[in-house]
Amino acid sequence: MIITETKPNGALAHRVTELSLNRTELALPKRSADEPAWLLSARKVGRVRFAELGLPTLRDEDWRFTNVAPIAKMIFEPRLEPAHHGVTEKVLSQFPFTALAGGQLVFVNGRFAPDLSSLAQLPEGVKVMSLAAALATETALVEPHLCRHARTDTNAFTALNTAFFQDGAFIYVPAGQAVAEPIHLLFISTAKGHGTTAHPRNLIVAGRDSRATVIESYVSLSDAAYFTNAVTELVAADNAVVEHLKFQDENQQAFHIATVAAHSGRASNVITHSIALGAKLSRTNIYATLAGEGLECILNGLYLTRGEQLADHYMIVDHAQPRCASHEYFNGILADISKGVFHGRILVRPGAQKTDAKQTNKNLLLSDDATADTKPQLEIYADDVKCTHGATIGQLNDESIFYLRARAIPLETARRMLIHAFAGEIIDRVRCVAVREELDRLVWDRLEQNQQISGNPSCPTT
Amino acid sequence: MKQPILAIQNLSAAVEGRQILKGINLTIYPGEMHAIMGPNGSGKSTLAAILAGREGYNITGGEVIYCGQDLLALDPEERACEGVFLAFQYPVEIPGVNSTYFLKAAYNEIRKHRGLPELDAMEFLTFVKEKVKLLHLPEDLLKRPVNYGFSGGEKKRNEIFQMAVLEPKFAILDETDSGLDIDALKIVAHGVTTLKRPDNAQLVITHYQRLLNFIVPDFVHVLYDGRIVKSGGKELALELEGTGYDGMIHAAAMPA
Repeated sequence: MIITETKPNGALAHRVTELSLNRTELALPKRSADEPAWLLSARKVGRVRFAELGLPTLRDEDWRFTNVAPIAKMIFEPRLEPAHHGVTEKVLSQFPFTALAGGQLVFVNGRFAPDLSSLAQLPEGVKVMSLAAALATETALVEPHLCRHARTDTNAFTALNTAFFQDGAFIYVPAGQAVAEPIHLLFISTAKGHGTTAHPRNLIVAGRDSRATVIESYVSLSDAAYFTNAVTELVAADNAVVEHLKFQDENQQAFHIATVAAHSGRASNVITHSIALGAKLSRTNIYATLAGEGLECILNGLYLTRGEQLADHYMIVDHAQPRCASHEYFNGILADISKGVFHGRILVRPGAQKTDAKQTNKNLLLSDDATADTKPQLEIYADDVKCTHGATIGQLNDESIFYLRARAIPLETARRMLIHAFAGEIIDRVRCVAVREELDRLVWDRLEQNQQISGNPSCPTT
Repeated sequence: MKQPILAIQNLSAAVEGRQILKGINLTIYPGEMHAIMGPNGSGKSTLAAILAGREGYNITGGEVIYCGQDLLALDPEERACEGVFLAFQYPVEIPGVNSTYFLKAAYNEIRKHRGLPELDAMEFLTFVKEKVKLLHLPEDLLKRPVNYGFSGGEKKRNEIFQMAVLEPKFAILDETDSGLDIDALKIVAHGVTTLKRPDNAQLVITHYQRLLNFIVPDFVHVLYDGRIVKSGGKELALELEGTGYDGMIHAAAMPA
């Protein structure tokens, strides 16, 4: 799957792009003619941007650790028509977060499945619906935000999504309203053929003084090498409190690229979690724009990789206003010959005084052949700020193992305890108790399945 | 005569080719508290580490018999199950591992080893809260990750607290007094004294005589350059206070 880049920058990618766009046009069902003009124009921009940018290559500084050439070779096969493809309510229950008390929107291969979805009683004015439906009936709520936060000028995948997305979720919480239970957006792939592509597009708008918790899950019933290219725009108005969790558990052949563009208003509090367990290659871009004073924004993430998996997290935290706090915490547990990538950029703009920005990325290598690349980047144009970053790549701490063993805890249990704890540091930040507990069990089970954690009696030596 | 809890016979050990212990002899009977004093680099902490089973030491001679069995043949967790406890000089911070969960796991491993039923979460909590009071520790300690964000004094008190929970037969306190202010020192000393019983034993390793103002050992040994150069009663600690290590070692080196 690895392509050695020998051509001048982008030549290959551009050829692929042209081909892909043409194929995509053919594969698309006739687009509804009643899409509003503003959206058609945004789509056109996305299409042009994608053609200009091409898919990134390893020469691109922001993609130097993650080779998406395999995606270039495979994407844009004809999509599946809207249908359930064997997904039933019973099938749904095998996926995490489907038993939570809140509402749930289900998407099969990127298309909304209304009869699999359920909406709990929602407070007045709260909208939870498919984006396609919202574009028809709630244009006034959608237009101010959709395609305004996820930038197409620097990210070819976002451009591609903007050009071609068909559906996704729309969540709107009006000012002063609180949705107590988490809202779950479940994206299931049932792709049979390699290269099947979905471009889910979500828009979450939390009005002034509102509260909401949203989970996006990407899961699979397929063993094909399909491609998910998701974009979520999240808007938290002044004083809004939003918890957002993206849970990625695609199959081991799949490619998953996602962007979360979060726009935070004054004194808001946004926490967004990214949990990456699946996919052959995954990349989650998080763009956090801190657009009001005195807000707090936390980006929290955990990636577990094994086999040949690669999990990449790329984020830019844009401190555009003074007195904002941003914290990024990402932990990776990497086994076999898998790879973890972390790229965290903190941008403090002129005038964003009293910024408090903190970033940590910790990687636990469970095998000698696993690798982690971590790249912090601070760009500071204000003089009264506090910015820290730290990154570690290592194995289990021998001193900690000895401490536990000296307290009668057997070696294997001690190792598991420490590995679980490493994941637990991240999971503990999930505020919604039901979600946290479910995630904790799930990650624990996943860790237990890993031979290098549960089966291998040898202790890693340093 | 009763069986000793610990019998160290001519123990020698090296680290990375350097000989640290050069023939230690020490016998500890039930009900006894021994103190080992010595200057930095004399081998005190090496002895503690070897007894607890830390890796990285090369035993070049001698043996350690613990309650009739070869201690050095056991893994650290087996030693702990058999009742050996090391209060660490530098307790390790373990973020993400809840203190109660950790202690319950440790306690139940030991119970399992003794053929006793494990305690469930509620039973354990009731039991452990009693022990928290004994050490004058804040109860919220139980909810925090192991040693995480604890002050130096809290970490040392937490070691004694764990000792109170696990009720070892043989406890080694490796410089538990270092870095403690006088109040913390009193609490630690109170804990250690309270936990002393006729059927267990304690080995207190210290650099300073200060701790021995608060706990009274039955025997004091002076360790120097990998050997015990002098043994005596608690008055030895006071003597040491007067002469210092240099004076005592000089005197000990003189032919009798």
